[in-house]
Amino acid sequence: MQIYLPIAEMSVNVFLILGMGGAVGFLSGLFGVGGGFLMTPLLIFIGVPPAVAVGTEANQIVASSVSGVLAHWRRGNVDVKMGLVLMVGGFLGSSLGVWLFSFLRGLGQIDLVISLCYVIFLGIVGGLMLIESIRAMRRRSAATPQRGKLHKHTWLHGLPLKMRFHKSKLYISALLPLSVGFFVGILSAIMGVGGGFIMVPAMIYLLGMPTVVVVGTSLFQIIFVTANVTFLQAYANQTVDIVLALLLLTGAVIGAQFGAKAGAKLHGEQLRGLLALMVLAVCGKLLLDLLITPQDVYSLGLQH
Amino acid sequence: MRRTLLIAMLAFAVTFGGLSLYGQLQRAVANQPLVADLSDHLVGITTGFSGASVLLFGAVDGKGDVAVVVRGPARNLVMHRKSRVLGVWANTHSMTFRGAPGYYAVAASGPLDEIARDRVLARNEIGVDNLKLKLPLNLASPGVAKVWRDALVRNQEEQGLYRTEVQPVSFLGARLFRARLELPANVPTGTYQVQVYLLKNGRIESAQTTPLIVSRIGIEAEIFNFAHNHAAYYGLIAIVVALVAGWLGNAAFKKS
Repeated sequence: MQIYLPIAEMSVNVFLILGMGGAVGFLSGLFGVGGGFLMTPLLIFIGVPPAVAVGTEANQIVASSVSGVLAHWRRGNVDVKMGLVLMVGGFLGSSLGVWLFSFLRGLGQIDLVISLCYVIFLGIVGGLMLIESIRAMRRRSAATPQRGKLHKHTWLHGLPLKMRFHKSKLYISALLPLSVGFFVGILSAIMGVGGGFIMVPAMIYLLGMPTVVVVGTSLFQIIFVTANVTFLQAYANQTVDIVLALLLLTGAVIGAQFGAKAGAKLHGEQLRGLLALMVLAVCGKLLLDLLITPQDVYSLGLQH
Repeated sequence: MRRTLLIAMLAFAVTFGGLSLYGQLQRAVANQPLVADLSDHLVGITTGFSGASVLLFGAVDGKGDVAVVVRGPARNLVMHRKSRVLGVWANTHSMTFRGAPGYYAVAASGPLDEIARDRVLARNEIGVDNLKLKLPLNLASPGVAKVWRDALVRNQEEQGLYRTEVQPVSFLGARLFRARLELPANVPTGTYQVQVYLLKNGRIESAQTTPLIVSRIGIEAEIFNFAHNHAAYYGLIAIVVALVAGWLGNAAFKKS
């Protein structure tokens, strides 16, 4: 069954889109990630214009983050104060990101920048995760791991504007979460992702937040940042396809249920290893596309 | 009784009107060497749109060949060329073709080079090779411009928007002809020009232009127009829809 997407201006098979939503939803339920980093490249791959893919995916991530955050909220695993500070940074960053996106699109360089961002950030995150999970799997049979210092002091703790975050048991400069939010906001707008895959490690290693509140707080602020991206992309570029977003999230909601059930049967380290492999696979595919000589060095750009 | 009378009068009017219309058409054909029309002048893009097929039909006076040119709305098409930058393929050059048709197809009752002279084909831009896709001379020398032009045609052809193969125009008897014009799902919206030429001895004997409008209709048009005319509200609605959908998804998940 074909359906014509009003904003993407293309005819697609409904079941293909539902299936993509379902498959990515399954993986996001399985690994507890947003899935934007899989969905946006997939949409571009089936021919959705990159601008529409990014704007629409931001819209879908709003839905999946709301869905995800509610469970964490009930368990009290959201540090609202930290989330709001991150959000302020995220708002600024994503606004700059949307502007950058429009600018690069005009130059005809947006595809390249999207690909490069994916290759660089997925490469780093996937690589680190893989190393980490291999180490963890080896360590399991060996002796108990050595405990490091609970709290290390670096120059980061000397920054001004100190704030107390009760839930995270932190007393740190607000500039830290602000800049993390800002940076991830830019990437979120350009890559069409929620940015959890960078936000979560940044929260743990850079801010030093306790793991329990990390995912909930990350999802909490992703709602606001992706809502901002959705609004700005719709307002400035008219690139949010509501029909495509609804189809994707229908599939994703169903897929996520099965994914979460399957995830409960696997070990944490195995899951992380698998996720790392998947992240690296997406990274590798995009890297190859950048390196291999294209079939046609000429391509159509904007039409107006 | 009055009703019967009314029906009788109506029937008379319809018959007479129809007869007079037929008469007009006959006279038109008698006066004009070429008459053609489309089965639809409006192609509506609806939710289920996956391309369209429009029938062109007409009649010619006497022997001759027919060529049909379909041109989509003119637009500025930007082409990019990639080259290696630090090992990575990136767009490094670009050219803009001003006023290029967004869609182009040709149908004819015979091979183009047999039914018309080269000059005639070139002047009327019949056939993709004769399509005027010019770049400013200060930007591209003729040789370079040809490479870019070929690239544009190749890319548009891959999208199904330029059709290099000539489609058939078939004659039913000596005077009536028909051709099927196929529009793919990704056709640009706007006003198309369908030009029909009657060719005799390689020259144009007569020509006729018929407009064809491709437009979004129904819910497709409403969503598109709303997104463009009320972009801020559209953005807000998109967010609200996502919030509700996310909440519903969570509620459904809790139950199971």
